[in-house]
Amino acid sequence: MTKRIDFATLVLPLTGIGVMLLIWTMISTTIARDLPSPMKTWEESKLYILNPFFKDGEMNQGIGRFAFLSLIRVAKGFLLAIIIGTPLGFLLGLSGVFHRTFDPVIQILRPISPLAWLPLGLVIFRQSEPAAIFTIATCAMWPTVINTAVGVRSISPEYLNVGKVLKLSRLKTLRRIIIPGSLPYVFTGYRLSLGLAWLVIVASEMLTGAPGVGGFLWQEYNSLVYSHILLSIITIGLIGFGLDRLMGVVERRFKTA
Amino acid sequence: MAYLEIRGVDKSFVRTQRAAAEGSGWLPVLRDINLTIDENEFVCIVGRSGSGKTTLISLIAGLLEPDLGEILLEGKPIDGPGPDRGVVFQNYSLLPWMNVFENVYLAVDAVAPHLGESEKRERAEHYIRLVNLGAAMKKVPRELSGGMRQRVAVARGLAMDPKVLLMDEPFSALDALTRATLQEELARIWMETRKTVVMITNDIDEAILLADSIYTLTSSPGATLGPAVHVETAHPRSHAQLSREPSYQRVRRETVSILTRGEKDSAAGSTPERQGILLN
Repeated sequence: MTKRIDFATLVLPLTGIGVMLLIWTMISTTIARDLPSPMKTWEESKLYILNPFFKDGEMNQGIGRFAFLSLIRVAKGFLLAIIIGTPLGFLLGLSGVFHRTFDPVIQILRPISPLAWLPLGLVIFRQSEPAAIFTIATCAMWPTVINTAVGVRSISPEYLNVGKVLKLSRLKTLRRIIIPGSLPYVFTGYRLSLGLAWLVIVASEMLTGAPGVGGFLWQEYNSLVYSHILLSIITIGLIGFGLDRLMGVVERRFKTA
Repeated sequence: MAYLEIRGVDKSFVRTQRAAAEGSGWLPVLRDINLTIDENEFVCIVGRSGSGKTTLISLIAGLLEPDLGEILLEGKPIDGPGPDRGVVFQNYSLLPWMNVFENVYLAVDAVAPHLGESEKRERAEHYIRLVNLGAAMKKVPRELSGGMRQRVAVARGLAMDPKVLLMDEPFSALDALTRATLQEELARIWMETRKTVVMITNDIDEAILLADSIYTLTSSPGATLGPAVHVETAHPRSHAQLSREPSYQRVRRETVSILTRGEKDSAAGSTPERQGILLN
């Protein structure tokens, strides 16, 4: 029994990673000669991985340090996104008038790329750091807004009827029924928002040249150290995966019934 | 004087929005419902599924408004839902993010905000013990069986200390054995509280076990109430006792015959009226 679980949870995923490395090696030895092979990438990145927290100048730091800087930036943007997005979502879900007034605006703002928001942020804030956080927050907010609104609207009428029969005040209905009833949706929104925030970080660091995984990636591209691009990409992927898992755990805690 | 009175109530639903705009999409669910209930009376309304039973209970609860007619409680027309008419919903409607105690306490707190904290706790605990769930106070609904959830819903309804307790097929989702146990338990609880109860059911035996008066609801569209059948056997009754009772078979036959007769009448009589509605 345990052996079968090991096979499904360990052997199969490792096989998938192996196949990926094989494809990567094949591409680097045939079509794209400039692409470093997995071995070469490891050789040239060793220093950054084995000593992840060294610092030798602003743009030459261990990958752990860069990741930390990016995570701080993402955390700020994500917090801003959910602080604005959650109440906005509740308003949209609760009020038909509010929904009809602002839903079109939201639907127009939602698909705008971070690459478009960032210059606007620079115009408004004149500094790269607040502009980056502004961009992350603006892009990452929408899943929270929309999921919260859907969560409020999908609360079972049975629960609302309980509130009506008990003649609960509006505030009490909100606190006892609507907020707890929509929490699972809200946290799904948070998970998606965090994923987006992490997606946006690379773009915003590239454009602002801020130190972080994305900034490092862009700098190493310009310095022609291609293996470090791959190092950054893998780091971004692993951290994104970890964040999603983390939020998944939080999300499951709020699943009721 | 009548305690709860339903006078000439009609209720229709919209079939589709477009049909309603053309004036032809109204589906009459209840037609000319008249019912008078005394204080401390246990009334059962028996009907098939889809006959508009839930609509009737929602009208009394105030969750729906009648198109015609009125509903009076202690001589005053009801105005929207309120805690003087406690509801035990068909699918329990417990709030899944609260434990048993909190679900019942929410009701106590809502209807008796003037009471002190400890009095409110005591009242909630009293009703939870009354339905034999004293050991499950801190459990959340998902940890409870269907029968236990329904007990909580009954405790919540009673804890509101309503003038009328409305029960919408409370035991229909339970297995037969659990249902029989809960029915007898409800008979016992009712003896202790003597609430005025209106209970909707599709189970004639359940009605005979619990009710003072049984009314039948013919099938929708345009369902209406048949004459009352009175059950004279003294409370509390048990299933075993009823099976020996000679009057039991008589009451059962009477109820079934009213139910089937009412349906034939409404099937025969409804055609011209239904056309009339379509022409409107």
